Amino acid sequence: MLDHLYINAAYIVAAAFFIFGLKLLGKPVTARKGNLFSAVGMLIAIIATLLSNQILDWNWILLGVAIGIVIGVAASRLIAMTAMPEMVAVFNGLGGGASLLVGWVALFGTVNLFVAITVVLSILIGGMTFSGSAIAWGKLSEAITSRALVFAGQRFVNSGILIALITCAVMFVLEPAHNSPYLYAVIGLACLLGIMAVIPIGGADMPVVISLLNSYSGLAACAAGFAINNVILIVAGSLVGAAGFILTNVMCKAMNRSLPNVLFSGFGAAKAATEVDGEVHPISAEDATLILEAASSVAFVPGYGMAVAQAQHVLCELGELLESNGTEVSYAIHPVAGRMPGHMNVLLAEANVSYDQLIEMDDINPRLDSIDVAVVIGANDVVNPAARTDENSPIYGMPIINVDEAKTVFVLKRTMASGFAGIDNPLFFGSNTRMLFGDAKTSISAMISEFKT
Amino acid sequence: MEAILLGLILLLSIFLGFELISKVPATIHTPLMSGANAISGITLVGALLAAGAGAASPRLAILLGVIAVAFATINVVGGYLVTDRMLGMFKKRGDNG
Repeated sequence: MLDHLYINAAYIVAAAFFIFGLKLLGKPVTARKGNLFSAVGMLIAIIATLLSNQILDWNWILLGVAIGIVIGVAASRLIAMTAMPEMVAVFNGLGGGASLLVGWVALFGTVNLFVAITVVLSILIGGMTFSGSAIAWGKLSEAITSRALVFAGQRFVNSGILIALITCAVMFVLEPAHNSPYLYAVIGLACLLGIMAVIPIGGADMPVVISLLNSYSGLAACAAGFAINNVILIVAGSLVGAAGFILTNVMCKAMNRSLPNVLFSGFGAAKAATEVDGEVHPISAEDATLILEAASSVAFVPGYGMAVAQAQHVLCELGELLESNGTEVSYAIHPVAGRMPGHMNVLLAEANVSYDQLIEMDDINPRLDSIDVAVVIGANDVVNPAARTDENSPIYGMPIINVDEAKTVFVLKRTMASGFAGIDNPLFFGSNTRMLFGDAKTSISAMISEFKT
Repeated sequence: MEAILLGLILLLSIFLGFELISKVPATIHTPLMSGANAISGITLVGALLAAGAGAASPRLAILLGVIAVAFATINVVGGYLVTDRMLGMFKKRGDNG
């Protein structure tokens, strides 16, 4: 009883650290401290658990923890910032997988109806998070195609899996046992459902999926907490679940789509946009540099293409050169630019761009008409004015960065191929648009050396 | 009664989570996500209890527990470290470094 009391007291302290940590994590100035606070909360929860007299054998724990620390430390140190979306996907998946296993092990103890139901939930959510994250990792690292995989009858197959899953779950709950065949079926079907859920989602929708999986990994921990009757799992898990859900919502709003639409539609198969005819005006790096030199304000608009070309460092260098020339430089970031929430911000921060220069879409749009040059680097759909004007466009209604309102627009682009959504971009044919063809990094480097001469 | 109490805790935590996160600037969405992800590694607590249950516990349960400990530890350790590494890069002009 005493044991029980002191552990729960420690959990309350840990919960306070998590809550305070999350609060501090919400502001750029205090975020690092917030992360530290939450890590201290985690440490308190872990130590309290280890000291409890429910722990009888340390050997196995040491083995698991040692493996985890070696891999965790190595991964966090070695990973490149451009690969951060993959990393977050992997961590999400492992958290979900762990919650699945915790739920499973709970079946070896005394099992009543409540435990059986919550175990099924933790296995279901944990399994989906695990396999869904694995697929998300594959798509993000291009190990499998990042295109939306849609096939005829997908909905029927998925409904079939879901019905089978619910049936097995009910059968299991009616007669719960740790070696019930229905248990294995639920585990297998949950993983299958996770795979099927992420396969039809394309690369540009990944920010939504990553934040949703993040939410799931929290909910899985929460369900496992119910299964083993542990308060801190419930509190921390549901905090993460709520946080992930809010981010998911922000991402959906930034694409003007509902969550079901992102999850079930595949994308691009819908309406055909009005075709755009017109003339493209190419420009050389030399001429582009001359215009930039004369500009008094420049806004860079990065997209996933910047990450692919690894152009963030040269971009920052160009920005600094322009600033020393007296130009006002800002970076306009669309919420869903890149492959995860805030992807562009992380890359630019890595390249030493001050975060007060990173401007959100809603703040830059009202003053774009006063900006001399907007430079679009590897972004397409998030600057496509068809979203405002063409009701037939699949992205109609999506909020965009209105670069076409700037006095001059440079678009750094490999070729004239259309963006992820596979639709034409009228921006490229605008009379104030100049296309700078070629690899973004090469083009920017060329401008830098022009600038220096 | 226990279930009701736990349900109440769940409800309050979810509302608290919504309140804490609802006004986060887009600039730090990624660190926020990976920091939250590290917190979801709290399932490690459950995994420790499973792996440390001792000789009375069946072999399979211990094995599952050890795998869960390894998974959750990667999630916790890697998650916090990588978030810290990212946040260390966010600088305002005039800051040291």
